[in-house]
Amino acid sequence: MSVDLATVKRVARLARIAVSEDDASRMVGELNAILGFVEQLQEVDVDGVEPMTSAMPMAMKKRQDGVTDGDKAGDIVANAPATEENFFLVPKVVE
Amino acid sequence: MTDLTRLTISEARERLRGKEITASELTDAYLGAIEQANPALNAYVTVTPDQASAMAKASDEKLAKGEGGALEGIPLGVKDLFGTEGVHTQAASHILDGFKPRYESTVTANLWADGAVMLGKLNMDEFAMGSSNETSHYGPVINPWRAKGSNKQLVPGGSSGGSAAAVAGFLCAGATATDTGGSIRQPAAFTGTVGIKPTYGRCSRWGIVAYASSLDQAGPIARDVRDAAILLKSMASVDDKDTTSVDLPVPDYEAALGRSVKGMKVGIPKEYRVDGMAREIEDLWQKGIAWLKDAGAEIVEVSLPHTRYALPTYYIISPAEASSNLARYDGVRYGLRAPGKDIVEMYENTRAAGFGKEVKRRVMIGTYVLSAGYYDAYYIRAQKVRTLIKKDFDDVFSAGVDVILTPATPSAAFGIADQEMTADPVKMYLNDVFTVTVNMAGLPGIAVPAGLDGNGLPLGLQLIGKPFEEETLFQTAHVIEQAAGRFQPEKWW
Repeated sequence: MSVDLATVKRVARLARIAVSEDDASRMVGELNAILGFVEQLQEVDVDGVEPMTSAMPMAMKKRQDGVTDGDKAGDIVANAPATEENFFLVPKVVE
Repeated sequence: MTDLTRLTISEARERLRGKEITASELTDAYLGAIEQANPALNAYVTVTPDQASAMAKASDEKLAKGEGGALEGIPLGVKDLFGTEGVHTQAASHILDGFKPRYESTVTANLWADGAVMLGKLNMDEFAMGSSNETSHYGPVINPWRAKGSNKQLVPGGSSGGSAAAVAGFLCAGATATDTGGSIRQPAAFTGTVGIKPTYGRCSRWGIVAYASSLDQAGPIARDVRDAAILLKSMASVDDKDTTSVDLPVPDYEAALGRSVKGMKVGIPKEYRVDGMAREIEDLWQKGIAWLKDAGAEIVEVSLPHTRYALPTYYIISPAEASSNLARYDGVRYGLRAPGKDIVEMYENTRAAGFGKEVKRRVMIGTYVLSAGYYDAYYIRAQKVRTLIKKDFDDVFSAGVDVILTPATPSAAFGIADQEMTADPVKMYLNDVFTVTVNMAGLPGIAVPAGLDGNGLPLGLQLIGKPFEEETLFQTAHVIEQAAGRFQPEKWW
């Protein structure tokens, strides 16, 4: 499988990365080189093989359903580019 | 007076405890070395002299009373991927501009609790994506090693290139690093240092900037095998804050050094003899085999039939996980924000301005393989191949093999801005051909220096162990180290 210019632009949109026309054309070649490289996986017989979802065979640890943390709004917004009264500020989303 | 920066951690530990030197003297020696060398090597992205001096002073007070932890007064460097409270933490990316976390990663918290001193944050490939440390927003790290009679600048490997260069160049006694596809072991091999990626789940990932969560593991880079064992003991822990942290006590790794490998079964995987492998790498491997045989180990040929599929599998799974993990960098909660006419344009402009080329490339690949219509063909298939790669190792270990010996890298360190590597991303990816299988299977792997190539550049061997048998790796790596000796670059910087 390979990608064309339109697909690269669509994927960039999905990934929320602005790309110029030049960037997109360059990426067509780069992404196709990588997709060409991973293409060899198609030759592996994976019939009846379970997909691996955990690096170590273990049940996921669960903690008690209780409040153990919080009350640190100031810490949470401390690194944000724009805040007001412990809220994140973003460009207007609703008209 | 001897140069204190030349002491290994175990040597410094002895002198600190014996009150022959103080932590403040040792820390000052490193801060001086960094000030002098960092313009040339670019290993540190930020230095924290005030913090270092305060921590050293506190260590000296404890040491004076005969108290202190396992790393009391030992000055370390920290990869920029680890969250350090109030201190520069940007994964060497522009998108995290100005980010100073309000928390401390579990691994670094463990080190400080044991008395270690923080010198600063170390350069790396942006978001740990790279094998040469050239994708950093802060520019490339320069390897302290040069070829004989040449002044050409070489890469230290990546992504933990700053960690490896700082350890090899005597700018810290040891360093934290992380390994997703080879990012501890490949730079260790390129700089004549020792690097271990422990079993997945051995070190907590909490507070470390995520790249590919099912593969990422923290580990140390150190001057010798003993130092790596000392550091891992402090870094590893059981942590409720990481659901993949495994509930097993941390052994005393240092105690494994000096144990005999007599009767140990060492597997040599025939699939690692790749096409076009350099003669010097093959010779190095044979030397390693001979050393272990001389020490009484039994050498057996083994087969890991899916080895060649590990790298392509990695280049589906890691970008897929990265595209999800890096979705959080949107100009809202931290770091850089680039304006846009609406919120979506703000996201797009922020990510375009904040991510470097390699990061964009991987986020794009990840987005593509996870997108509707391609998910099964790429992502699910890659996860199935991952199962087969792990099964290869399971079969070898259940047949009685204790440890697997391979080369660490297909070559010695290459030049900065190597034309072939920059022109073809896949060529750069091939650096990890011997290391990436270990991440796929979640196993521990150690890179240990084993010799110099014809140009006088270090080469490393890799040992791969069973899950949570890091002790076997230290024990065996120590035998190789004893036979090969240690390697240090000649100071030019």
